[in-house]
Amino acid sequence: MNSMIIAGLLLVLLGLSYQTGWSKGRGLSAANSGVNVHSRPQYHAARVAIWTLVPALVILALWMAFGPGITRGYIVSQIPVDILTALDQGGLTATIQRIGALASGYGVAGEIQPFEQSAADALRNFQTITFLAMIAAAAGLAILALLYARSRISPRLRARNDVEVVITTLLIFCSAVAIMTTIGIVLSLASEALRFFSFINPVDFFFGTVWNPSFSTTATQDYGDYGLLPLLTGTLWVAAIASLVAVPIGLMTAIYLSQYAPRRVRAVIKPVIEILAGIPTIVYGFFALVTVGPFLAGVGNVIGVDISATSALTAGLVMGIMIIPFISSLSDDILNQVPLAMRDGSYGLGATQSETIRNVLLPAALPGIVGAFLLAVSRAIGETMIVVLAAGNSPVLRGTPLEPISTITVSIVNQLTGDSDFAGPQSLVAFALGLTLFVITLLLNIVALYIVRRFREQYE
Amino acid sequence: MTNTENAKMDMVASKIMTTQQSVSAAMNPIDSLERQLRLTARDVTVHYGAKQALHGISIDIPDRAVTSFIGPSGCGKSTFLRCINRMNDTIEGARVGGTIKLDGEDIYDPSLDVVELRARIGMVFQKPNPFPKSIFDNVAYGPRIHGLAKSKADLEEIVVSSLRKAGLFEEVKDRLSEPGTGLSGGQQQRLCIARAIAVGPEVILMDEPCSALDPIATAIIEELIDELRENYTIVIVTHSMQQAARVSQKTAFFHLGNLIEHGDTEDIFTNPVNKQTQDYIMGRIG
Amino acid sequence: MTDQTAPAAKQPTQRTLQIRASLRRRHLSEQIFRIMGIIAICAALGFVALLFTDVLRKGIPAFHQATLHLDITFDPEIIGVDPAPVQIAGQSAADFNAAQLAWQRNVAMLNWNNVITAAMTEAAPEGFEIDSRALLAIPETNARHVVREAFVADPSLLGQTHRFDLLASANVDNWVKGNIDRSLDDSRQQLPADTRGLVDILVENGTITQDFAWGLFTNVDSRAAPASAGLAGAFMGSLYMMLVVIVLAVPIGVASAIYLEEFAPKSRLTDLIEVNINNLAAVPSIVFGLLGAAVFINFFGLPRSAPLVGGLVLTLMTLPTIIIATRAALQAVSPALRQAALGLGASKTQMVFHHVLPVTFPSILTATIIGVAQALGETAPLLLIGMNAFVASIPGSPVDQATALPVQIFLWQGNENRNFFEARTSAAIMVLLGLMILLNAVAIFLRTRLERRA
Repeated sequence: MNSMIIAGLLLVLLGLSYQTGWSKGRGLSAANSGVNVHSRPQYHAARVAIWTLVPALVILALWMAFGPGITRGYIVSQIPVDILTALDQGGLTATIQRIGALASGYGVAGEIQPFEQSAADALRNFQTITFLAMIAAAAGLAILALLYARSRISPRLRARNDVEVVITTLLIFCSAVAIMTTIGIVLSLASEALRFFSFINPVDFFFGTVWNPSFSTTATQDYGDYGLLPLLTGTLWVAAIASLVAVPIGLMTAIYLSQYAPRRVRAVIKPVIEILAGIPTIVYGFFALVTVGPFLAGVGNVIGVDISATSALTAGLVMGIMIIPFISSLSDDILNQVPLAMRDGSYGLGATQSETIRNVLLPAALPGIVGAFLLAVSRAIGETMIVVLAAGNSPVLRGTPLEPISTITVSIVNQLTGDSDFAGPQSLVAFALGLTLFVITLLLNIVALYIVRRFREQYE
Repeated sequence: MTNTENAKMDMVASKIMTTQQSVSAAMNPIDSLERQLRLTARDVTVHYGAKQALHGISIDIPDRAVTSFIGPSGCGKSTFLRCINRMNDTIEGARVGGTIKLDGEDIYDPSLDVVELRARIGMVFQKPNPFPKSIFDNVAYGPRIHGLAKSKADLEEIVVSSLRKAGLFEEVKDRLSEPGTGLSGGQQQRLCIARAIAVGPEVILMDEPCSALDPIATAIIEELIDELRENYTIVIVTHSMQQAARVSQKTAFFHLGNLIEHGDTEDIFTNPVNKQTQDYIMGRIG
Repeated sequence: MTDQTAPAAKQPTQRTLQIRASLRRRHLSEQIFRIMGIIAICAALGFVALLFTDVLRKGIPAFHQATLHLDITFDPEIIGVDPAPVQIAGQSAADFNAAQLAWQRNVAMLNWNNVITAAMTEAAPEGFEIDSRALLAIPETNARHVVREAFVADPSLLGQTHRFDLLASANVDNWVKGNIDRSLDDSRQQLPADTRGLVDILVENGTITQDFAWGLFTNVDSRAAPASAGLAGAFMGSLYMMLVVIVLAVPIGVASAIYLEEFAPKSRLTDLIEVNINNLAAVPSIVFGLLGAAVFINFFGLPRSAPLVGGLVLTLMTLPTIIIATRAALQAVSPALRQAALGLGASKTQMVFHHVLPVTFPSILTATIIGVAQALGETAPLLLIGMNAFVASIPGSPVDQATALPVQIFLWQGNENRNFFEARTSAAIMVLLGLMILLNAVAIFLRTRLERRA
């Protein structure tokens, strides 16, 4: 009901102000046929509408922000003091709810106490009055603003410029969101990580070889061990295996598609391979867990090697499949940027196609391909769901990828889920890990983007 | 644009004088001897997809002489040049018909190895395109892939002699390990010529080798072409009629995918038979 | 050229022979290289095929589920409750609600399993001896709720017989589908021997059939009654999140792309923003989850497990994708169009909004849909903001507790009843992939449609 009134008010104000501005703006050109009118009527209209709606919206926003608090305070003031002192926090909340329900006309189950009834009646009046006052204030202010804005309309008024300033301000505000996100990430990660380091020595964190957080959040000072190295090695194992899978396949795919395949074949195969990039990682994780892992363990059995179903190998292999399209499409782009003249020069000397690719194209494209590789590695390091499901969650320093491991991302998920208070190092460590992850991937990305950019400029 | 325009105006003005001077300069005793034919083309057609780019080109190209292809842009002269070492094979959708014979051997014969063919018919491109490697490696590229050098010393000898033949050695002898892309445009083009020579071709195709170069670099390359003529069959595509007149003994005029007229350079420039050739020489089409 | 001798075949030169000698080896290595390329492509395509066939093979059976067709009699002797209350004039809504709730409580206090046991005994063949526990292992444990709710909705059913389609329990479903090794001995079977025997009979006489599992789409998640676990709650959760993403990410993303591409002065600051956006696009998704946990939940105090927070996190994640794609689209607009608009006296704003933006609309739309599809499949950040909580209800608003499709997949794959949930998980994956394929197809369709018109 109330929200309908507010929406109605805003719509009426919008229509009224726009119409006012438009008709006066239109009148200008009719009345001043000799004078050059700066802005067209719709800009006058938009300007008046902005002038009108902004004050109304400000009032509404204030009411939404402070209204509930004021209402609550009013209810409390209506409860007799002797009853109020007898109520505990829960009881008070329940009483306030009951009064609110009575006032809304829904009623409450059970005996209605006289003070509740009187408070509810008073509340109903209070709500009606405050709501009307708010509406009146919003409407009144809006009308005042409208009249002022209307009075300013003249042939010389640069209404279009005013409207454009508003638009530009909005655009700048939107662009700031991306910056704010980065700042938010850095600040939140850094501040929580600093709190973590007030519990745990950074040296123990960055150079510790044991990862064994205790689960108890009791007052005992035994927080457990938070050594990063087992997680870091696990992460590197997975990323290395993923690269070993993805780089040869991705690169050869890119080479074949860009140099050998007829255009029609390429038009079919390229999107199909890029499907791999669009599949959600949870699907890869499930695939690794129920299909690839048991298969690898079976292969291990046959050849007499002990391979765990969940291991760095399983996770790395599947992650490698996931990043094939990153490598292949980036490399494809980069190979296509190497000037054709280079290729022709080599063919002209009698080189075969593969000699040209290996001796001329790849060396020329190498920086770009290295950039693509770094981007893919950064993606592999930050990937979460595949390792959560298929890496085995065993945070131990390992010398072999055939056994279960854990990674930075897995530990973030383990330490933070289901725990809402950020009081102990058990959950705060997630932010220290997140910060580590962020810095590693950021460095990789910056280097990669720099290399790729330099490469592009070289052939532009 | 204006440069070309000006060049054309100059050319029209000084056409006859230039032509006669350079033709007589290019005339030396061997031109009067009977030359052996290296390349014979009969009814060569090229299609790019549905579009026909060349219509039945037939021409003979003599040994140890420079043959130039002239004509307005898009006339098919470069397309025909690229048929001679089968570079059109690398373009998707290009089809070549007719026969081209090198020393009596059909170069489009399926049994003929295109790699071997391109080793025998080298090519220099419009824009200097050195590989992103050192000067030495650029020249050594061909001998390496073809296995022409038995030893490192062998390879060095090939590289040095090729650079010498291309007239570049003295300029780069102290920086052979520096990247080839660091040279000036004219030097890069001579490096590309050296790179082609290093494979030991019998024919060298040049696709507007001077169009990206300044006049001084152009003069050096033209001089080089004149020297190379003694040992190689050279076919050059050029935009500039002065250049054709200066460096070539035979000239062929292409227009709209047709070979309009070909013959001795002197005849073409002084006494063209065909009206279109005349118009082009006079600068009326182009 | 008549003065020249006819061409004669020449002996190959020394050098040609030298080249010819190595040709075989070189062509062989060319072949090997080419085959390596084909192998790589086959491997990549093979992975796509393997992944899809694996998911399909595992998931398709889950779309059919053992269903029990049972005649249930609402016997007044078993159901001894008062008639349902009726709202009397003058009674407050609260009082009526209380009376209604009291009656429902009474109804709920009844042991509805007795009703079901009676119906099951009726359905069993004459003289089949089986105790009621073994009997109740056949319908899923939610059967009594289904029957009770039918009664609450229509109290006049008392004394009547009505046919119900009830889900059979997960174990029965496994047994009927043959997912359980029938030769295992009793101690290793989930179901008692009597139950197994009866199930086989019921399948034989058509009381248990494999029906399409509508419950997968209409039910919410359930732990107590796994056979009834469905995706409805997760679907709504995902829907709310996608709404938040569309409402926030698209306008903000397009607006900031417009500003950066069209208005922003080329300065060091804009360079920094550009680098920042490129890097933001490559920040691991889990870091956005940490941001959401620290800022939205801990700092702003927004509710945990709410699609609103999930949507906000996904918005921040999708934003760089949309900005980059929109900027690329804006860059592709020909300068001629801009100059034409400016030349006619349009202001920069007019040029952008009246001329440039309409032309780029198809590309922006496609980029948006692809960004949303990407957000739809994202799991990791949602785990950190508590969307992996078990929620057995359909969220009514974006601030209610909810889960999301990919998180539901994560939760199901961890269920102990592997035999049953592996198929369910695969089915959920099929639903998720189906949605994503649909979104992408829509994107492609719209793009071709709009581009043809433009």
